[in-house]
Amino acid sequence: MRVPIDWLHEYCNPGLDASALAARLALTGTEVERIERHGVLAPEPFVTGLVLERDKHPDADRLSVCLVDLGDPTPAQIVCGAPNVAAGQTVGVARPGAVMPDGTKLKAAKLRGVESQGMVLSERELQISEDHTGIMVLEGAIAPGTPLQEVVPIATDVLVLEITPNRPDCLGIYGVAREVAAATGAELRAAPWEHDPGSPGPLEGIEITNEAGDELCPRFTARILDGVRIGPSPLWLKARLSAAGQRPISNVVDITNYVMLLTGQPMHAFDHARIAGARLNVRRARPGERLTTLDEQARTLDEAMVVIEDADGPTSLAGVMGGARSEVSDATTTVLSEVATWNGPNIHDTGLKLALRSEALARFEKQLQPEQALWAQAVATRLFIDLCGATVRPGTIDLGGPGPAPRTIRLRDARVTGLLGVSIPRERCRRLLETIGFTTADAEDGLDVTVPDFRRADVTREADLIEEVARLDGVENLPATLPARRSAVGRLTPRQRLRRRVEDALAAQGLHEVVGWSFAGPDLARRLRQSTLAAPVTLANPMSSEQSQLRTLLVGSLLDIAQRNRARGAEAIALFESGSVYHARAISAEALPEEPHHIGALLAGPVRPATWRDPRPPAADFYAAKGVLAALLGTLGLSWEVEPTAEVPFLHPGRAARVRVEGRDVGWVGEIHPSVAADWELDGTVAAFEIDLSALEPPAAAQFRDLVSFPPVHEDLAVIVAETVSATELLGVIRRAGAPLLQEVAVFDVYRDEARLGPGRKSVAVRLSYRAGDRTLNDEDVTRQRRRIIDALASELEGVIRAG
Amino acid sequence: MSVETRISELTREGEAAIAAATTSAALEDVRVRFLGRRAELPNLLRGVAELPPEQRGAVGKAANQARRTLEAKLEERAGQLAAGELHARLEQDRIDVTLPADPLPAVGRLHLITQTRREIEDVFIGLGYNVAEGPEVENVYYNFDALNHDPTHPARAWTDTFYISQEVLLRTHTSPMQVRSMERQPPPIHIIVPGRVYRRDSDVTHTPQFHQIEGLAIDEGITLTDLKGTLLEFARAIFGPERVIRLRPHFFPFTEPSVEVDVSCFNCSGGVTASGERCGICKGTGWLEILGSGMVDPNVLLHVAGNGYDPEVVQGFAFGMGIERIAMLKHGVSDLRLFYDNDLRFLEQFP
Repeated sequence: MRVPIDWLHEYCNPGLDASALAARLALTGTEVERIERHGVLAPEPFVTGLVLERDKHPDADRLSVCLVDLGDPTPAQIVCGAPNVAAGQTVGVARPGAVMPDGTKLKAAKLRGVESQGMVLSERELQISEDHTGIMVLEGAIAPGTPLQEVVPIATDVLVLEITPNRPDCLGIYGVAREVAAATGAELRAAPWEHDPGSPGPLEGIEITNEAGDELCPRFTARILDGVRIGPSPLWLKARLSAAGQRPISNVVDITNYVMLLTGQPMHAFDHARIAGARLNVRRARPGERLTTLDEQARTLDEAMVVIEDADGPTSLAGVMGGARSEVSDATTTVLSEVATWNGPNIHDTGLKLALRSEALARFEKQLQPEQALWAQAVATRLFIDLCGATVRPGTIDLGGPGPAPRTIRLRDARVTGLLGVSIPRERCRRLLETIGFTTADAEDGLDVTVPDFRRADVTREADLIEEVARLDGVENLPATLPARRSAVGRLTPRQRLRRRVEDALAAQGLHEVVGWSFAGPDLARRLRQSTLAAPVTLANPMSSEQSQLRTLLVGSLLDIAQRNRARGAEAIALFESGSVYHARAISAEALPEEPHHIGALLAGPVRPATWRDPRPPAADFYAAKGVLAALLGTLGLSWEVEPTAEVPFLHPGRAARVRVEGRDVGWVGEIHPSVAADWELDGTVAAFEIDLSALEPPAAAQFRDLVSFPPVHEDLAVIVAETVSATELLGVIRRAGAPLLQEVAVFDVYRDEARLGPGRKSVAVRLSYRAGDRTLNDEDVTRQRRRIIDALASELEGVIRAG
Repeated sequence: MSVETRISELTREGEAAIAAATTSAALEDVRVRFLGRRAELPNLLRGVAELPPEQRGAVGKAANQARRTLEAKLEERAGQLAAGELHARLEQDRIDVTLPADPLPAVGRLHLITQTRREIEDVFIGLGYNVAEGPEVENVYYNFDALNHDPTHPARAWTDTFYISQEVLLRTHTSPMQVRSMERQPPPIHIIVPGRVYRRDSDVTHTPQFHQIEGLAIDEGITLTDLKGTLLEFARAIFGPERVIRLRPHFFPFTEPSVEVDVSCFNCSGGVTASGERCGICKGTGWLEILGSGMVDPNVLLHVAGNGYDPEVVQGFAFGMGIERIAMLKHGVSDLRLFYDNDLRFLEQFP
């Protein structure tokens, strides 16, 4: 909403400059987006001039040389390019030194050899209108040298306001003036619709019906103006429209726009002669019906939309845009002034469906009140009479009439204090409410407040009144207190703490946390060598195809981020993400998807930085990723294992495993398939894992074990087994056979030598720790246990103990 | 020459030889010469038995004494020589102490969004709030209807909000957890809701995905001044103990009254920096807008009136802030999109 300050001042002038006013409005709930300057910055060098003589320029056919009286002892010689300049005209002149609205600075100069001491101005040069066909000619007797600003508004500040959706009453200058008066205490002048030159009663010459019903069209009013002379609007009107962001066109059209900007109520002027059958009907559009709107677009309508039709069919799309057929033209002499109230949500939907925005729509969709229709009729009638020489035909068509009776709401003193935490005296509440148009009456425990019609939709409850009082009283001055915190106890849940521990553990392992997009593209499945992703959630209105689904795993965005960093020169990449993935449920489209919380990590490049001592550290591979995973799960004290898999299509089939925690499959760890890595332009090995954190139970408190009183016995064992025996199998056999004394067993070497061990065999060296909780072990204990282990290895795995 | 004299002589000779030895090897030669298997002094000791009985005691004693003396001297001299030799060896064992150190294993960073989120969570946990999390794919009911959004509210438009279907969308704020939480828990309730939210917007200052933290406090007698006090504590915890805050009336469908909250700029005083320039952080206004809030609208409570939220009995406040915005203000991050670019050089900057 653009509010030219000089227009605002006609109704309320608080005596503040634009920025002071903006600051005050901000603290009472009207946000000022910015302050603009319309027209010239400094008006002083702009004056009126009387053209004394006009001669042709000696060297240029299109230029004339004028002598212009600027009120100085001697007239100024000014070269002018306008075709309409003539002796005897009073014109606007910019003296040398003037700065034009576009920023150019005027200097005395020679034009084709002739000295010019200024410039005769067109309307466009002053931002009064778009007109640049000739110079602006001023009417009436004006003394030469009069400051131009006194004759024509050539400079104003403009407040660009952000009007919140609950305040459609502030979508007009007068509504803003009311708000300014309340915010500053300045006087509010009478509303411009207070004296209506029109009259109620039957209106001859038009028949109007409303078939759409009161819900879609709560009010429809019309008047007829005869003897209309179409022409340009006066300069003051053009200047106001331009400053408010509307292009001046002709007096009748300008009046409709002016009325809308002033009252907040859009209206439409029909050429009465072009209303076929002299009748209008409001009805729902028929499905597929077509209408060409004023912007010359053919629109296809549906039956939720409302049209205004005459005997030849639809002429306007109600509340959105007029039709070309009944538009006023230069030949118009009788105008039908139409002002209606429409259903806000319906207008909103129509605008969305047709992708149409207009100033009228922006107001109607916020739900205007029926009373505003007659405000607009009153102001428009006055202007048609004053500016177009029209006479108003007696009578007004008024279908629907005013809105429901005003609501009266009790505002309890105790409730004001109870909600705000400070008391605002009843008399102050009364004064604040009355300045913005509410009426009040005393009640036992507060005030009975009657809501003005223009706030009917917004203020319906006591809480709404309290907000009005609070914002005008000044919430910036409230004291600060803390709630009593009755039984408020805050803590993280075990699961939230688990997540923090996991994230901290990964950062401690040198991985940087990233935050990827929740969005993914359908292409991701193919790039991950899958036919489809499992049950993706698909957006109905994505911004792009690459963002048309929600991710079902984290590895895609980890690869994206790795690729970007690699392309920017990062060699060592160690990333993790902690975030949701989304799995649609098969049951129905309306069922909300599952959103498990995943942890994904990706490693590529050297596992540690190269140094002068270690110039070629190893590159991250399967075991590096498994190491990070081990640190993560170890932090949580969970027992886990991996099982080889070749079933994850985007992983190296020989270097991939499922991760099982306490028997449950929670994810995978592996090296990214080289062709997948290549698709993300990642050279070398890329290792990764992804686990479903939601599947992990927060661990119970760890229990103390006495590891000190009775010392352990360590020994090493080398076992020759077939290549096909996995470490997990081997350790499983050892653990079972070593129980209960065997406490720990770990692989510390794997050795292959066909000549010594035989083909397809390997030697796995393990370190064993035996310990008993109740005594110190002796040789006999250990020997017996070792024997069992060796026997089990032999019988279950054909394992042979390697000598030495 | 008596045996005793010979022992004294050997002792003196031995001591002189020990003192004269300058290397461990030479000292070993001395040891062999005086105390070795074939040396004279041990031989004297071994020959004591053959002496006449009256001489045995004195000679044996003197020889033993001499042996112990020489052994002690040898040991002492060996210690001196070893220390000197070690010193000489270490002198040769020089390194370039100015070469770079071995780096410790690198420590990664939590993303700045996570760091900021945790920092805010911890402030409110200290104020008695629990952390509630809810679905990002949400029903229109919880995201808009239950939050008193008009059917024509612009945020509902398909141009502004991501939809899955007519009834399901990507939540546009963390506020849907207000009614979800109140359905689960009767009053009093004090929660914050961190999480991802989505809006159909992508330009220099908007990303289609960002993070918010919602707050909700409902109990008997919670007032607008309590909201101000709570947010003042928050602002001081995050931006420094000297901060003040300012409430500005605003409009949100689900709070009444609604206020936007500004915190006094931490970089300047009233818009002017210490060096006298216009502050670039608050654009010279002295205030930074940090969040939207207000007293929960009775219409919202009416959706859960059956669970004890009678708006005539309980009331409270809600607030919502953007995590990225708080992080940008606090850490001077100039571009929102950096959070999602995940450049390592960005991530590494926030320890």
